[in-house]
Amino acid sequence: MSYRPTIVAFLCNWCAYTGADLAGTSRLHYAPNIRIIRVMCSGRVEPTFILKAFQQGADGVLVCGCHPGDCHYHEGNYKCLRRFKLIQKYVDQMGIEKDRLRLEWISASEGQQFAELVNNMTKTLLLLGPVKIQRSLEVQHLKQ
Amino acid sequence: MSDSSIPNPKIKLAVYWGSACGGCCVSVLDTHEKLLDIVNAADLVFWPIAMDIKYKDVEAMADQSIDLTLFNGAVRNSENKHMAEVLRKKSKVLVAYGACAYMGGIPGLANFHSREEIFKRVYEESESTLNPDKVRPVEEFEVKEGVLKIPEFFNDVYTLNQVVDVDYFIPGCPPQSERLVEVFTAVITGIGLPPKGSVVGALEKTNCDECLRKKTDNKVIKRFYRPWEIEDDKETCFLEQGVICMGPATRGGCGVRCVTGHSPCRGCYGPPPNSTDPGAKMMSSIGTMIDADSPEEIDEIIETIVDPAGLFYRFSLPGSILGRKVL
Repeated sequence: MSYRPTIVAFLCNWCAYTGADLAGTSRLHYAPNIRIIRVMCSGRVEPTFILKAFQQGADGVLVCGCHPGDCHYHEGNYKCLRRFKLIQKYVDQMGIEKDRLRLEWISASEGQQFAELVNNMTKTLLLLGPVKIQRSLEVQHLKQ
Repeated sequence: MSDSSIPNPKIKLAVYWGSACGGCCVSVLDTHEKLLDIVNAADLVFWPIAMDIKYKDVEAMADQSIDLTLFNGAVRNSENKHMAEVLRKKSKVLVAYGACAYMGGIPGLANFHSREEIFKRVYEESESTLNPDKVRPVEEFEVKEGVLKIPEFFNDVYTLNQVVDVDYFIPGCPPQSERLVEVFTAVITGIGLPPKGSVVGALEKTNCDECLRKKTDNKVIKRFYRPWEIEDDKETCFLEQGVICMGPATRGGCGVRCVTGHSPCRGCYGPPPNSTDPGAKMMSSIGTMIDADSPEEIDEIIETIVDPAGLFYRFSLPGSILGRKVL
């Protein structure tokens, strides 16, 4: 079977998820590779979520929140940005390509932008090929 | 042999080291005069650092004949793996003793490299190596007396739990000896033993809860300092001074010894309960303390953390979510 990348996306309830919803209700066509998980705020996205997604086979992880200044909880998206920058550095050190992990701001009215983002990311992941974590982990457990 | 005149027959105790530095074995000796109580209550049947007993003697023991085995060290090669399997079979209770057996420990940092990279460095590139023929160790070598064998060096370092079933985990590098006495007493008396798979000899809270340094809730960090770059005022929380301290992502139980000695916590007691990955926990916690809103400024502050992977996973890389650097 040919390689079809999987993107796990964490979208905030107030902006990004509504933006994705708008892409749907506007009947926009975009790549079906995304698996959306709705969270109340991008500030809710813990590094563990991102690492677990990679460990369980996601080829890319996308985190989307409200534009800076627009967070429903005032500063959740800033907290997300700070964590994201840190985990990006870690993920890079662990040999996972930087382009596999993205943070983007999507407002409730940006359905078009969301669709383009998913298309773009899918294209990048197609070029990168499947994530190699599981192959690395396969040799990891000796317990029968 | 049944001897009903002895109400509490001595239990059989084994201590073994896998890929370890020997510090865990010394921590058993550090029980000082309590060691005599231990020896009173237990027969030491196997302890390579202190006694001359061969592997074949252990292999010849009956299954489940050892009451308690403290296995320290990670699993790095086929010899470690073999002994882990033998001791699992021979022991009623197998304890992963110390950070290496529990999470991979310092030897686990080798998971940032592959076996090939390590061999190349050690046998070809290191400054003190003179090896023009690029000779590498081979696992089997035939001489006229027979075949010589050395253990296979694995590509990965494993925690004990990734190789065999483990009953309990005692964290620490090394574990605090007082805690060992408590655990040991629980095993002999059978009182107060938690369910299988528990971390014992440590607390349910983080090190910060135990720490006596002055802390406020509002931690803001403009840049990070390595411990030698700043003069510690010896009373304010290290994180508030900008020095990375693993306290928020580390289980308490050591008595906050490092911080009491004016050195930041390095995280040897592993993640607190309900958290599997100390580094992720630490990134989550530190992320909120960074005092900047613009991506450029955040980048500048994060730039001052030189090696997040090595720092946050100093004792726990093989046991973490990603486990090793992706090959």
